[in-house]
Amino acid sequence: MCLGVPGKVISIEGDLAEVDFSGIRRKVSLLICPDVREGDYVLVHVGFAIQRLDEEEALETLTLFEEIERSYLESTEEDG
Amino acid sequence: MNQQKRMDEADRASIILKEILRLAHGHIRLMEVCGTHTVSIFRSGIRSLLPEGIELISGPGCPVCVTPVGEIDRAIALAQIKDVALLTFGDLMRVPATSSSLNQERAMGRDIRIVTSPLDAVEIAQREAQRRIIFFAVGFETTSPAIAAAVKEARRRGISNLYLLSCQRLIPPAIRALVSSRDLKIDGFILPGHVSVIIGKTPYSFIAREFSLMGVITGFEALDILEGVYMLLCQKKEGRSEIEVQYRRAVKEEGNQLALEIMEEVFEPVSARWRGLGMIPESGLTLREEFKEMDAALVFDIPYKDKKDPPGCLCGEMLQGLKSPPDCPLFDTRCTPEMPVGPCMVSSEGSCAAFHKYGVSR
Repeated sequence: MCLGVPGKVISIEGDLAEVDFSGIRRKVSLLICPDVREGDYVLVHVGFAIQRLDEEEALETLTLFEEIERSYLESTEEDG
Repeated sequence: MNQQKRMDEADRASIILKEILRLAHGHIRLMEVCGTHTVSIFRSGIRSLLPEGIELISGPGCPVCVTPVGEIDRAIALAQIKDVALLTFGDLMRVPATSSSLNQERAMGRDIRIVTSPLDAVEIAQREAQRRIIFFAVGFETTSPAIAAAVKEARRRGISNLYLLSCQRLIPPAIRALVSSRDLKIDGFILPGHVSVIIGKTPYSFIAREFSLMGVITGFEALDILEGVYMLLCQKKEGRSEIEVQYRRAVKEEGNQLALEIMEEVFEPVSARWRGLGMIPESGLTLREEFKEMDAALVFDIPYKDKKDPPGCLCGEMLQGLKSPPDCPLFDTRCTPEMPVGPCMVSSEGSCAAFHKYGVSR
């Protein structure tokens, strides 16, 4: 349940940010993590940014997510 | 991901594994506290990669698993009140309570809805001013600041029909309860990454100081976990007991101070019951006096009644790291993800669900 998903801040309006998660965009609250700028990577949990991430490190997490997803899909194809 | 990058990752994993093999001597037992770690460990096959002597055991894991049956009974009772809508995170819907589940209640026509953010509860309360909206709030420290911010937002908007049934739990007091028990024999902890994004490193220092156990705050990718295990093995080899941070890209030593302040402004710690672990002092969160008018437990006057776990179910022992799913007579016989008996099979982050889905490597 404590899943946190990294995403990139596209735009900010008040205490809401539009965040891109590998192509899917969502509004995210900045109420508990206001110190972010457009272009930053944030860790998002239950609709809230909970921390700003180092960009290089965040990219690494994103690509790893994709890799895990791909290997999972491959393994389910083999099963089915 | 380009080819070069993939090679780099594979190289890194193989290098870390070689280092782990080099360092692993004798038996070492490490507990992962967080259910997201449990799932990641199974999904990536880490258990089968590690040498025999390194034993990974799952702990209290996820907020859904540790929510007592009595609390879900109480949520169901609230949902049965006229003009009430009960909102909850989806993970709780299928957990069997004494005579029903939130899912079954919804099928019988109760107004029970799944939300993905505490702010959804604020929006719904504002939109449906004629209904009483109760948010069944479960979560660890990762989630509590967001819930606190939503409570403050409701107050700011002058919303008066939103209530909270707070079943939030705090991780450090649960770890204290675990290590204080003589039954649990472990050498160190793979500490939860996202709880630690909020609370930082200091709240765990008692683990090393008072109990001479090791701890590494670890991220959730396979490489993170391998690196966390490696750091724990280094501590063991060098005879150190410290709290270290592997998940440096997200965890600051001091945590998220603003999130902690908002959480403290709205909630105060209270003794709370954990499934499997019993009552633990200062391990739950309740609304502070200035927000008590939103406390569903007081406003609707539905008292908590303690309930026993289903007969034969070993979820309690599982959550303490004393048993593993194959030890349970119900596992994969009477208790399956389709017809779960205990919460460790319901929650996707429960150890039984993970054992079932990914098979038992050892």
